[in-house]
Amino acid sequence: MSTIDPVMKLDSGLEPVARSPRRHMERRRNLRRHVFLLIFAGLMLYPLVWMVISSFKPSNLILSQTGLIPSEVTLENYSGGWNALGTPFTTFFINSGLIAVGSILGNLFSCSLTAYALARLDFRGNKLYFSLTLLTMMLPFHVLIIPQYILFAELGWINTYAPLLIPKLLASDAVFIFLMVQFIRTIPKELDQAAMLDGAGPFRIFWSVILPLMQPALITTTIFTFIWTWNDYFGPLLYLTKTKLYTVPVALKSLVDTETQSGIGIMFAMSLISLIPILLFFLFAQKYIIKGIATTGIK
Amino acid sequence: MSAKPVKASYRHQGWVAHVFLLPWMLGMILVTAGPLIASAFLAFTDYDLLTAPEFIGFDNFTRMMEDERFWASTRVTALYVVVSVPLQLAFALFLAIILDKGIKGLPLYRSAFYLPSLLGGSVAIAILWRQLFGDAGLINTVLAFFGIEAGSWLQNPDTAPWTLIVLNIWTFGSPMVIFLAGLRQIPDELLEAAQVDGAGRVRRFFSITIPLLTPIIFLNLILQMIGSFQAFTPAHVVSGGSGGPLDSTLFYTLYIYQEGFVNFDMGYAAAMAWVLLVVIAIATGITFIVSRRWVHYGDE
Repeated sequence: MSTIDPVMKLDSGLEPVARSPRRHMERRRNLRRHVFLLIFAGLMLYPLVWMVISSFKPSNLILSQTGLIPSEVTLENYSGGWNALGTPFTTFFINSGLIAVGSILGNLFSCSLTAYALARLDFRGNKLYFSLTLLTMMLPFHVLIIPQYILFAELGWINTYAPLLIPKLLASDAVFIFLMVQFIRTIPKELDQAAMLDGAGPFRIFWSVILPLMQPALITTTIFTFIWTWNDYFGPLLYLTKTKLYTVPVALKSLVDTETQSGIGIMFAMSLISLIPILLFFLFAQKYIIKGIATTGIK
Repeated sequence: MSAKPVKASYRHQGWVAHVFLLPWMLGMILVTAGPLIASAFLAFTDYDLLTAPEFIGFDNFTRMMEDERFWASTRVTALYVVVSVPLQLAFALFLAIILDKGIKGLPLYRSAFYLPSLLGGSVAIAILWRQLFGDAGLINTVLAFFGIEAGSWLQNPDTAPWTLIVLNIWTFGSPMVIFLAGLRQIPDELLEAAQVDGAGRVRRFFSITIPLLTPIIFLNLILQMIGSFQAFTPAHVVSGGSGGPLDSTLFYTLYIYQEGFVNFDMGYAAAMAWVLLVVIAIATGITFIVSRRWVHYGDE
């Protein structure tokens, strides 16, 4: 380092000159990419931004004044909308929350039991059951919905949450079984065998070895079950006809049916509020959502 | 040594497994297999939920052939699948490729593009769409700014289905995330080797990236296709449940819903659901068969 090699000097002297245009071009290309992506993201998100801003405008200004900065800001849409259906939105949020929590618990319970048996236990029919699970994943639910409706109606379950919760308790969301089976297969079998040598039975192994280790799969299941049930419209539309029992999406739809054009602000305000739980989940669980969708395609 | 006790305990696993599988088995029988058989039976009956189902042979299926609304719903759904799925995948792939090259702020962009996928199926977004494309909605205001008078998008049967297609394309974020994961699997050495051999940017893209990505393109195609066949919420909310104007947003699933749960024509609805199942199976099957020509797996 002390003696200066003329070649090296030449080299290091040349380098910035030779590289600079290239680096310059790269930087410009990157800048172009950022500009394009920002404009594109802006376009994509603009409808959402429009909804947010409109929800704070008096209804008569929403359509006449489309600029981003409102001349008049009001919270009336929120206060007025909350009770617009006679029943306060608090009720719908509690209903949706109950169904979401129930569905999450049901899925965690039933899918993890099933997945453990399919991934780890050795019994006749294992492969058959697993392929059946894969098949149900591909079955469009419309083929099942009519007999299911008739069955639940016969059982007197219309206007109860049973038709929405019982299927979850019975492992009908096959995607999550699949997700968990795939995950359990990555857990080394030696762990089970070590526990077995210590005298642990399958239940003990499931509870103390597998379940704690499959936490990421359980979290992914929780997140997607929440988002799906929170967004679910078809099920509650079929089974819940009393306003008091409505979930948030069904309440929103009936708000659309009852409101005239003067109530656009209210619709925007309530729609926005209905999305907040999902946005929060997304904010806190992005990593799992991205991973879940990248590995299994569930959205 | 360790193999013996393990194997010994396997003998018990038959019944133990079935204890674990009890909820699943009940679900399989009560929620899946039972209803599947029942729906196959109902498809051949006339059933209004009040009187006993009456066996009518293939009448439901011959009725479909002459049912104008059945064909309208088939056309709308076909248009929706054929147009929105390829466009959605094209957007997804395009942006995944732009994002893949080590850009700063990737998580932020990815979130911005993915967010619509998460919200797209909700009633709230369908309501937003109704307003966006409404008479005095944002779209028309923007167009008016450029001096274009577009009229009502939702009341015109020629444009109404396109608003729903745009909504579906808007949710390209989830296939994009899958593409991003796929692009990450492509070894850098391959691209570098090609570069050393003198392959340009475009050449590398078409000769290496795209072929290696075909399994992922195929996966996305299947997933989005099956999903689009079953779309319901946006059509139901945007059209106020009617599928109008002139049945131009009468998605197939919306028509099943109307016949089954509005007109209580359960037999006809069940028959239509089976046609949907068969159509999805055929479409998926054809995609699989055609895929042999263009999907390349690493081990070939």
